[in-house]
Amino acid sequence: MFYDRYSGQSSEPNTDREGVIGLELWFTEQHTDNVTFSIKVDRQVYSGQSEFQRIDLFDSLEFGRFLTLDGYMMLTEKDEFIYHEMIVHVPMNVLPDVKNVLVIGGGDGGAVRELVRYPSIEKIDLVEIDAKVIEVCKKYLPQTACKLDDPRVSIHYADGLKFVRSKKNEYDLIIVDSTDPFGPGEGLFTKEFYGNCFKALTEKGAMVNQHESPFYPKDAVAMQRAHKRIIDSFPISRVYQAHIPTYPSGHWLFGFASKNYHPIENFDAVAWKKRELKTNYYNDKIHVGAFALPNYVKELLEEVE
Amino acid sequence: MTHLSQERAPVLEALNRYKSMRVVPFDVPGHKRGKGNRELTEFLGEKCLTVDVNSMKPLDNLCHPVSVIKEAEELAADAFGAKHAFFMVNGTTSAVQSMVMSACKRGEKIIMPRNVHRSAINALILSGAIPVYVNPGVNKELGISLGMSVADVEQAILENPDAKAVLVNNPTYYGICSNLKAITDLAHKHNMLVLVDEAHGTHFYFGEGLPPSAMSVGADMAAVSMHKSGGSLTQSSLLLVNGLSEGYVRQIINLTQTTSGSYLLISSLDISRRNLALRGRDIFDKVSKMADYARDEINQIGGYYAYSRELINGDSIFDFDRTKLSVLTLDVGLAGIEVYDILRDDYDIQIEFGDIGNILAYLSIGDRILDLERLVSALSEIKRRYAKDRTGMLSQEYIRPQVVLGPQEAFYAECESTPLEQSLGRICGEFVMCYPPGIPILAPGEKVTAEVLEYIQYAKEKGCFMTGTQDSQVNRIQTVKE
Repeated sequence: MFYDRYSGQSSEPNTDREGVIGLELWFTEQHTDNVTFSIKVDRQVYSGQSEFQRIDLFDSLEFGRFLTLDGYMMLTEKDEFIYHEMIVHVPMNVLPDVKNVLVIGGGDGGAVRELVRYPSIEKIDLVEIDAKVIEVCKKYLPQTACKLDDPRVSIHYADGLKFVRSKKNEYDLIIVDSTDPFGPGEGLFTKEFYGNCFKALTEKGAMVNQHESPFYPKDAVAMQRAHKRIIDSFPISRVYQAHIPTYPSGHWLFGFASKNYHPIENFDAVAWKKRELKTNYYNDKIHVGAFALPNYVKELLEEVE
Repeated sequence: MTHLSQERAPVLEALNRYKSMRVVPFDVPGHKRGKGNRELTEFLGEKCLTVDVNSMKPLDNLCHPVSVIKEAEELAADAFGAKHAFFMVNGTTSAVQSMVMSACKRGEKIIMPRNVHRSAINALILSGAIPVYVNPGVNKELGISLGMSVADVEQAILENPDAKAVLVNNPTYYGICSNLKAITDLAHKHNMLVLVDEAHGTHFYFGEGLPPSAMSVGADMAAVSMHKSGGSLTQSSLLLVNGLSEGYVRQIINLTQTTSGSYLLISSLDISRRNLALRGRDIFDKVSKMADYARDEINQIGGYYAYSRELINGDSIFDFDRTKLSVLTLDVGLAGIEVYDILRDDYDIQIEFGDIGNILAYLSIGDRILDLERLVSALSEIKRRYAKDRTGMLSQEYIRPQVVLGPQEAFYAECESTPLEQSLGRICGEFVMCYPPGIPILAPGEKVTAEVLEYIQYAKEKGCFMTGTQDSQVNRIQTVKE
């Protein structure tokens, strides 16, 4: 049976198994020169080239639909909740009274979806360099992009580094939901960017960033560089971790950096419970536990402190 | 001869033919297409080593080209609008020197601005020609030397009717151009040659809305740094000739140029010429737009002044090269060299140079807007973190040189090593300069004045990289024995 593999009209997996019997179609990402990670693909849903990168969406039986940029895994329907819950709920339950939020990157909408669950937030600026990513996610990834039309959300198609440059004392929370520091996201791992974020934050504000992985050496170097630059810019800076199966090594880090608030000492567990938000990964114990790091990670961080 | 199209690249084609012949090498270089030096091959790549070859019949000879290099040079001449183009492999330094030495013999005079590159004054030491300096104009606010005013050149010509040539920077490192057309016409009226240092002006031959090039206004020779805005490999350059005998200029070049011209450099000139001829207009249009964008963004930060064509004053700033991103930093309370150091040390951004009051970021087709955003954001951060009051910042003044001896005479005179502080009033026997930009603060034959000493001290304190002297610390200078 013939079907148009690029139309992607249905988000249902292809149930007509006859057409693909024996079809060995795999998405493979190279995690290091010597390690690959593969997911069996049922069909390709979308493929396109934007001004900045190649965008692909695939359907898989194991992980559902997944998004890749330049061949790197961004998210899968099955495990994106871990990343998005951890990048949003951790700072939201430390900082009091968050009203203005800036999300840099994150065109898939996952971080915004978690943010809009907090009624205290009045305004969310989403700055995504690649309009095509948002367009594609809105069309094919409703699971994460579902809240991008929330009235509190303003989408800006701009370079995050440029956008934040002119902001001063404006945001209570900045979420840096970037790609890896190779490609269009590299400006978001620089000292000038973190310094600009510091300037853009209010006194009670904090920045949370996707902080790469400590496990494979190449990722660990990027992680150390980011940490070094963040501690140069912020008085308080802590790293926390989560387990994300489809990212290299599965062991992923986030950074929490602020002017005044400590991610554990100022954690308001009571307020979190009162909110009664249903989450699948984040909870009050995880919040504290995520900041407990393995020794090898602590050593990597201390090396640059 | 048949007229080749600019889509051809004769040296490149010859190297490809040569590679496919799989010739067994019993000639130099001894690495034998890289097989004799695995570490080097691994580092530079096999493709690179297989074309690091010697002159031979199918590949022509740079010292006396008769086939493919000759064709490639003719194509370059055609692309740049010159009568002849020489491929140079000893840097634009050697192009400038060959230019001066072709025009002037020992004891003959050459009119030039004092803010020339060291290579021009080096040429005077080699040839024994005598400089007649024209003071460049100075912009007090920016503290940079400008172009020569036509009236000043005319005065120098009238006072030195025996001078053989006039040398002009087109543009200066900072992007400033003199009225090259008027100076050329004036010099020609007085039977003088016009030599143009276009180390920073390759793109003038291809871009639109850029200052006029030397060949387009009828100048006699131009030294063109293809490896700067032209995209060829470091150390490769072009010497363009309009008015002199090709054979004589080649003899002069061969006095100092290597007889083992690198085919990596030669082919890079050939390939880059083709690229510029076919795509140069688009390339430099993009670069100009990127520079304009960066200037607007930097000027919005406040404190910095990224200058451009608004400086044009019809004379000492007759034109401005808008691809140059020059920025005045003094109002942030930081010397250019300080901003230059912070950019590299704290932000991993390497710019071309910083002097006392300015920085220069070199833009080319290799740049991306994303990287410019980094530069602008870093400058904004540097202002936020380091801005100081401007008081006490020395602006870079043009120091009028007092020439006592010719450069060659002073350089070869009996000299003694003198502590800087005791050198006041003596005649300098060597160069003192910050590098970059490599414009001498003192040149051989010039008197050491209090102004000069103060400037050297300040530049050292601010962390400028000082060079030119025998003493690597620049605590002592060679002065002519009295």
